[in-house]
Amino acid sequence: MTLDKLSRQFPRSVIETHAHRGDATAVVRKEDILAISKFLRDDPDLAYNFMMDLTAVDYMGKEPRFEVVYHLYSLSKNQRVRIKAQVSEADCAIDSIVSIWVAADWFEREVFDLYGIVFKGHPNLKRILLYEGFEGHPLRKDYPVKKRQPLIGPLN
Amino acid sequence: MDIMTDSAKNLHTEKMVINMGPSHPVTHGTVKFTVTLDGETIDDLKVDIGYLHRGFEKMCENGTWEQVMPYTDRLNYVSPLINNVGYALAVEKLFGLQAPERCQYIRVILSEMARICDHYTNIAAGAMEVGAMTVFLYFVEARDLLWDLLEEVCGARVTANYVRIGGLKNDLPEGFAAGVARAFKTCRELWVDVDKLLTKNRIFIDRMRDVGTMPAQEAIAHGFTGPCLRASGVPYDVRKAQPYLVYDRMDFEIPVGETGDNFDRYLVRMEEINQSMRIVEQALAKMPAGPINLDMPGMRWQSKDDTYSRIESLITHFKTITEGIKPPAGEIYSAVEGANGELGFYLVSDGSGKPVKCRVRPPCFPLTAAMPRMMRGRLIADIVPTFDMINMIGGECDR
Repeated sequence: MTLDKLSRQFPRSVIETHAHRGDATAVVRKEDILAISKFLRDDPDLAYNFMMDLTAVDYMGKEPRFEVVYHLYSLSKNQRVRIKAQVSEADCAIDSIVSIWVAADWFEREVFDLYGIVFKGHPNLKRILLYEGFEGHPLRKDYPVKKRQPLIGPLN
Repeated sequence: MDIMTDSAKNLHTEKMVINMGPSHPVTHGTVKFTVTLDGETIDDLKVDIGYLHRGFEKMCENGTWEQVMPYTDRLNYVSPLINNVGYALAVEKLFGLQAPERCQYIRVILSEMARICDHYTNIAAGAMEVGAMTVFLYFVEARDLLWDLLEEVCGARVTANYVRIGGLKNDLPEGFAAGVARAFKTCRELWVDVDKLLTKNRIFIDRMRDVGTMPAQEAIAHGFTGPCLRASGVPYDVRKAQPYLVYDRMDFEIPVGETGDNFDRYLVRMEEINQSMRIVEQALAKMPAGPINLDMPGMRWQSKDDTYSRIESLITHFKTITEGIKPPAGEIYSAVEGANGELGFYLVSDGSGKPVKCRVRPPCFPLTAAMPRMMRGRLIADIVPTFDMINMIGGECDR
């Protein structure tokens, strides 16, 4: 239902859809994430009023390398959908959706903090779980598990 | 009188910035508020989290699927069993399997007991911080009775690590149902005492009523779930909306508030304690006999007896320990109703023994993010009850 409607509304932005284990999923072009989000929230048949979760996945070695993953929930329709936008390492940025769902504020900061993906138009894009002065983005697959940080100092 | 109002109007005041936390009796869970004050009124509030960040996802990506289970205990450490159950259900969804029926009933029972403990802790600490020390003692006593029972089941009071992918560590001990009946009797008496102490208490009401109010639409926009959303009048509960385990066979109600202030959040939690007790009693009565583990060599460890007496089981055991169990490639999102709201797991598997991604959607993360919205224009003393009723748990918020 959601996927059909989305594909019809945005035929050129929806790259791929699937429903593995019943989870409706659409991979979309990142340039259209704002328009798609607004449509999903405001369309009366969909009404995705909850931005439940926002995260990213690093598929190192693939191109584009990152996927920003949005999990939406519609209270009135009792439905969930997963929207994924692919972000390449060279152009590591995507539009912020804080203007659509306020809840995205901290979630986007977290993804920026841990993956280094920039959310354009975010009102306060700063590190959230880590501190200023932390070097690198630890959830990238090429960040070594045992890397030490300059402010922490070497192992003694 | 005129002179007084004049001077109040013309009084030159400067805004003052003070730090609350990270080590402050109220900011339990370790969080820092940078409060800009105009007199006693909060002009702005900045929340700093991350003090308990330990790289949960990074650790998960570098361990096997089964090694994640103990880490989930440390997410919401006040109700660890719900995290265990949530993670196990997520991995089972990735496999496309369901645990045996008896196992599902036990998971429901323990989830609800964990929820009761979480609500006890929340109300106890919240009441204590606005001055009601007796309530703290009563509810911590009640919580201890339940923790004693949970200790009999899983051997630990807080870090349960009891649920397994495709099953459980062990069955319920003998006499568990009788123990629950005994404990619930005392718990209900203590609940009545606390209800008498708080619900019509003038001091408590003055501190909680109309403080930290969130109207329904705003609560939804901020991503509120759980008791805080229901206090705003939105009856969303994962157990009812998208039932998992055997919740669809249970008879229980979802309490909702009206205004979405701290007092409603307290009332919702109080009623949820009763509803959870109802679920536990129904599940204990309906629980069938039978196996608690899936009999699937590649997924669930074989029993000790088989491992020591059958060569196939020994080999499977060796392989599942060294390489880990291997869910088919794919991605899933699976949500359970945590004590604080929707606890979601987003897992990505590439078919190997380690998760590519093991994401937790922490329910208190968006709640904590809304603190500035709820606190601007309020008094500094209002931070205390609001932060209590938000029930931010550092282990879960910071991961």
